[in-house]
Amino acid sequence: MIEIKDLHKSYKMGSNSLHVLKGINFSVEEGELVAIMGSSGSGKSTLLNILGMLDEADEGEYVLDGIPIKNLNETKAANYRNKFLGFIFQSFNLINYKTALENVALPLYYQKLPRKQRQEKALQYLEQVGLKEWSHHLPSELSGGQKQRVAIARAMVAEPKVLLADELTGALDSTTSYEVMELIQKINDQGNTILVVTHEPDIAQMCKRIVHLKDGVIVKDEKVKQVRAKAHV
Amino acid sequence: MFSKDTWQEIFLTIRKNKLRTVLSGFTVSLGILIFVGLVGLTNGLQNTFEYFFSQDATNVMYIFPGRTSMPYKGYKALRRIELENSDLKDIKEDFPMFVDYISPRIFRSALVKYKEESNNYTTIGVDWGQQFAEKTIMMKGRYINQEDVKNKTKNVAIGRLVEQDLFGKSNSIGEFIDVGGSMFRVVGVFQDDGGDNEERQLYMPYTTRQLIEKNTDKIGQIVIGFKEEIGYTGAMAFQRSLEKYLKQKKFISPEDENGFFVRNVADQLKQNQDFAGVLAIIAALVAFGTIIAGIIGISNIMVYVVKERTKEIGIRKAIGATPRSVISVILLESIFITTISGFLGMFLGIALLSTLGDKLMDDYFILNPGIGTGLAVFATLLLIVFGSLAGYVPAKRAARIKPIEALNDE
Repeated sequence: MIEIKDLHKSYKMGSNSLHVLKGINFSVEEGELVAIMGSSGSGKSTLLNILGMLDEADEGEYVLDGIPIKNLNETKAANYRNKFLGFIFQSFNLINYKTALENVALPLYYQKLPRKQRQEKALQYLEQVGLKEWSHHLPSELSGGQKQRVAIARAMVAEPKVLLADELTGALDSTTSYEVMELIQKINDQGNTILVVTHEPDIAQMCKRIVHLKDGVIVKDEKVKQVRAKAHV
Repeated sequence: MFSKDTWQEIFLTIRKNKLRTVLSGFTVSLGILIFVGLVGLTNGLQNTFEYFFSQDATNVMYIFPGRTSMPYKGYKALRRIELENSDLKDIKEDFPMFVDYISPRIFRSALVKYKEESNNYTTIGVDWGQQFAEKTIMMKGRYINQEDVKNKTKNVAIGRLVEQDLFGKSNSIGEFIDVGGSMFRVVGVFQDDGGDNEERQLYMPYTTRQLIEKNTDKIGQIVIGFKEEIGYTGAMAFQRSLEKYLKQKKFISPEDENGFFVRNVADQLKQNQDFAGVLAIIAALVAFGTIIAGIIGISNIMVYVVKERTKEIGIRKAIGATPRSVISVILLESIFITTISGFLGMFLGIALLSTLGDKLMDDYFILNPGIGTGLAVFATLLLIVFGSLAGYVPAKRAARIKPIEALNDE
């Protein structure tokens, strides 16, 4: 599903250049649930941004489901993001003046789906994350865990090839974190490919594979025995 | 770009951000309202000027006799100057290239009687030219003509209200009326835009008036209608040489300004037109400034809107919004608000002006203020177009926002 070869990325900080990614090689199969771990500054967020086409690599190859991701203009990148990727952020990033349903339906709006279909589909995904009754509430009326569920529904609604989650439990207490991870595992069980960036070992243990990143290189890539989040709830 | 969905998205944004919408809309409405109001009031002022000067001809000069203020050529000061028949003749003969017509005006008050009805009116002894100077309109019959003046006939032209007072509903033409003890035949009835006062006057041949007054040759005032083709400069030159000529003829010191007075309507009109023109320019500048202030206001709001929505734009881009859709949503929202509130301000301004009518006439000399629909629409469109252009820059910048930076923007 994801093929990455010899990926390099550096940032210019004034006259200095900061080499963040120093040759990353890894691949993700369909249906995997991968945790990318590392301390801050290890380059994990940068890697995720490049995977999410929010940023571009200086060097190296990135192939997503057979499509080389290279030299994209803004419009094309936007279309790829819309079709191939679903984002889940630490700070939820819901649009605060739109209801849960409207937030979930937004990616479909950019796919130019008719309004009625958008709403049906959005409602269906809200039901999947257990928030059907909350569909007409604004984000400000939802708890942190509920907001993240809405965000997950929004990431799922366009049926992307890969879900990218950046510290998705970072703003949640541990009980809520496990609830959200349970949902992530459930989605993964349905065959979706998910990448989770985290620095919390217990969250990483709930994935099937952990990639350890340190100073811009992969130091360890291991399959783990998945801890089911349900046991903690 | 103009799909129903885009509009639904825009309406939703507008509904959910009422304060922002109202503030930016208010700026635009106010700008257009001030523009329309300012231009309208200036037009009203010009209407008043035109109204004042439309009552009488503007290619006219009046000569009023006065009293000398300094001794000259053996004559003492404070000598009363009188105008005479010979002055009429001399001016006509010596300024043929300027003079179109010339007429004396001898004002006398007289008791006028017809059957049982009687009243006091102003009678004016005139020559035929007076009709053009006063822009008198004949309703029936005719004005005093050359034959009347030559033969000193006892014919009068009476004002509309004189006929109404004395004759009621019956016809006055051909009837005889008693004017200050002499019988005159009514030959015409006139109306005048100058108002009721001017319609309570009677015109008689000035020669007849002189005959009644023991065949005098004094003529009160002189009205000179000059040829329009000499223009403003010609009129001023004519006035100067006429003053010099009369001072010489009447033995008045060249420095003496009090022997007689000349009122040059063309000069007054020019001064008033210049004044109104300068006012119009100032008002136009201020009005234009208002539009510019409106445009700057919109662009400020747009910069603020983009700043405020940076995170939202980042989110939208992360889930698949193209730069084009980001620009179009922001721009269309601004154009929509600007258009609605711009035309709202315009109609409000026009409605406000049209309710004024002549209410401001007495105190502020503003008559029927109004603005050409074309100009109002043009100004509104100008604001919309330049407002959008001004909004395009921040919208474009918004579209270039990197989602990742926008999302970190708290």
